[in-house]
Amino acid sequence: MSSDPTLMHNGSLALKPGYADHAADALRDLHHARDAVDFQLDHHHDVASTIQLGFWIYLMSDCLLFSGLFATYALLSSHTAGGPTGAELFDLPGVLTETMFLLVSSFTCGLASLAMNADRRNATVGWLAVTFLLGLGFIGMEVHEFAHLVAIGAGPDRSAFLSSFFTLVATHGLHVTCGLIFMAVMMVAVLKKGLTATNRARLVNLSLFWHFLDIIWVGVFSLVYLFGVAH
Amino acid sequence: MFGKLTLSAIPYSNPIIMGAVAFMVICVVAVLGTITYLGKWKYLWTEWLTSVDHKKIGIMYLILAGIMLLRGFADALMMRLQQALAYGSNLGYLPPQHFDQVFSAHGTIMIFFMAMPFVIGLMNCILPLQLGARDVAFPLMNNLSFWLTAAGAVLVNISLAIGNFSRAGWLGFAPLSELHFSPSVGVDYWIWALQISGIGTTLTGVNFITTILKMRAPGMKLMRMPVFAWASLCTNVLIVAAFPILTVTLALLTMDRYLGTHFFTNALGGDPMMYINLIWIWGHPEVYILILPLFGVYSEIVPTLSGKRLFGYTSMVYATMGIALLSLIVWLHHFFTMGNGADVNTFFGITTMIIAVPTGVKIFNWLLTMYRGRVRFETPMLWTVGFLITFTIGGMSGVLLAEPPADFVLHNSLFLVAHFHNVIIGGVVFGVFAGLTYWFPKIFGFRLNERLGRWAFWCWFIGFYVAFMPLYALGLMGATRRMDHYDVAAWQPLFIVAACGAAIIFAGIIVQVVQVVVSIRQREQTRDLTGDPWNGRTLEWSVPSPAPAYNFARIPVVRDRDAFWDMKQRGVDLKASTFVPIHMPRNKAAGFIVAGCAFVTAFAMIWHIWWLAIAGLAGVLVTLIRHAFDDDREFHVDADEVRRLEALHGRVEARSL
Repeated sequence: MSSDPTLMHNGSLALKPGYADHAADALRDLHHARDAVDFQLDHHHDVASTIQLGFWIYLMSDCLLFSGLFATYALLSSHTAGGPTGAELFDLPGVLTETMFLLVSSFTCGLASLAMNADRRNATVGWLAVTFLLGLGFIGMEVHEFAHLVAIGAGPDRSAFLSSFFTLVATHGLHVTCGLIFMAVMMVAVLKKGLTATNRARLVNLSLFWHFLDIIWVGVFSLVYLFGVAH
Repeated sequence: MFGKLTLSAIPYSNPIIMGAVAFMVICVVAVLGTITYLGKWKYLWTEWLTSVDHKKIGIMYLILAGIMLLRGFADALMMRLQQALAYGSNLGYLPPQHFDQVFSAHGTIMIFFMAMPFVIGLMNCILPLQLGARDVAFPLMNNLSFWLTAAGAVLVNISLAIGNFSRAGWLGFAPLSELHFSPSVGVDYWIWALQISGIGTTLTGVNFITTILKMRAPGMKLMRMPVFAWASLCTNVLIVAAFPILTVTLALLTMDRYLGTHFFTNALGGDPMMYINLIWIWGHPEVYILILPLFGVYSEIVPTLSGKRLFGYTSMVYATMGIALLSLIVWLHHFFTMGNGADVNTFFGITTMIIAVPTGVKIFNWLLTMYRGRVRFETPMLWTVGFLITFTIGGMSGVLLAEPPADFVLHNSLFLVAHFHNVIIGGVVFGVFAGLTYWFPKIFGFRLNERLGRWAFWCWFIGFYVAFMPLYALGLMGATRRMDHYDVAAWQPLFIVAACGAAIIFAGIIVQVVQVVVSIRQREQTRDLTGDPWNGRTLEWSVPSPAPAYNFARIPVVRDRDAFWDMKQRGVDLKASTFVPIHMPRNKAAGFIVAGCAFVTAFAMIWHIWWLAIAGLAGVLVTLIRHAFDDDREFHVDADEVRRLEALHGRVEARSL
């Protein structure tokens, strides 16, 4: 069967069914061919988004890690084994200050991202430095709190409640410490090499990581400290 | 200086262990000596150990899995022999504390260091080729994942010679695995081996999800992916969802053992039942992490060797997703007897039984693909049919166990042991052998010997039934698992039959080793020159065998499911006349070094050598930071080189030569 188009009396083209299919096929091939050429020649176009997707998936796995620790805490928070309870131990004003350090550091981390998008290298490093100091302050306060608790005999070996408290909070603290190391490395990298494509991709990951830790901390603050004092 | 580590940690006085250690040392020395003699260290280092090529990493995973299969199977033989002997006044040849280590090591090795590397090895070798990609999303991370897995495997094997291994079973149930009941280093070996290999597996999950979502060839929509790619996607989602829970569980047990916390202890508010929940919240998805990729393998083999398109592609995809989802909400069926109450048990009993529905859909899809197909009974198809029969039986005993009242009778009995070997050997092990035979020509460039493959299959198939059907009966007769000795006369004949079955399987394994040797020696006769030895349907068969480092000289354009079949139907010419330079990742030592440092840290933690643990961690950190400043990561294979390599396989158009 021929699939040639027929010119109708009103000037339109009548296409036999087969012809339409061929046309669609040809058009599709053309699209594919263009895709393929793009793909062969422009290998780089997708690298940054690939790295970012990978990092998001890692963050989700980390989120599940925390979910395990939160669940453990939720179960064991009442297992005080005759030892001190959260209401007796937690110093809410202190923890609120600590929280503010982290929340503000998330804000300054955002300012670093804005500076990066505006191609301002020194401002980027500057805001990262402020973020770093705030994060360091947070860790300092946490270490201080832990040392105090251990000193008054409320260490992680006292009860299941304290085991789960220390583990959840310290795991977050360990993440923040890793974030600080990541940040220090990025400050050096940006100073040395400038806002290169690689450094930009990594800075995006760093800020994702930092905001993620902030969200986890909001969970810790609410579930551990606020609930702990309220009970 | 060396923590708890002294010379007395080496079990001199135990002839069985020292014999095994001597054998292991001889093997290692022989391998190292051969490499030195051949002067291949540099080649090995630059081309393999530091390789970021997914195909080479895949081969290393397969080698690791093969070696660990031998080790894990040696444990199995020891157990079968002990149980065949140890009735009444005969105590057998293994003292209880040694027997307990043997079954703990058998389970740990077979799941973590045999089945997982086998499955991940196949994914590495094939997945990027099926997707039309040049590599995985994060090639160096892939190398790191492999070495972390290998480091865990080495730790488990070192425990044989230095110290001892866990006696708390493959899942280290608390409180038995707590310091109070297991004060020696055995549990610590188990914890750290699993912890570092588990982190490697999580990274693999991140890597492959990203690869599948981001690196498919143009035109390959999700619903055009090969089913193996779908199965791998679901598997890796499960890995990312489940492995962090393993990390947490092991970390909490570590805290209990090292810092005196009370997560799972019997004292000061600890809750051992929480351990059982947590470990199975990871553990149940884990068994589906093992089987789903093999469902994918069968879904590739059946259509190809039946000469037909897969029946019910869409239902296959949804069934895979359904199984992945359901696998997250059935964990409690592993401990119906723990006292969760009737309502909770009912919920988990029902969710468990529902899994049989999507699995049944799959079984019928495979059968209907074969129906009226031109089925070729070559070795991969034999394994597949063996799977269909064996897995269905195992699945039925599983549905029986999902019934809480029945489980109360059968819990912890050999019926359970028979059930899970029925699905793991019949599903996972048959599957990896099917996949390995099917893809062997693609991976290595020549076929496995067909005749020996058939012998191996029949040994495994018959051996499996002889070894495990008696265990169903023994379970119904009241025999519990993990016994080093028993006093019931009626059990012994069945145990002896089971031991004979293990011997038949052993014959199968010997045939497989011979098969590999013979196939290598006959490789010139069985070389795959076309790249498409089975008349395949998916993209991995469109490239030469073995695939060149860059996989595809031209990235293919996909217009249909079974993309390569579609290309063959349309008469697409695989020869090309123009070539472009190809951009490739450079091999790096960072993955090997980080995993090496992690290994040192783990070993130091096991023996309480704190300074060395800190040094190991510092090594990890310094290597990562140094790598961050390393910009020399990629290179180009220039167009002429691509043309030269393609010409070797006759893939350059004559007029352009």
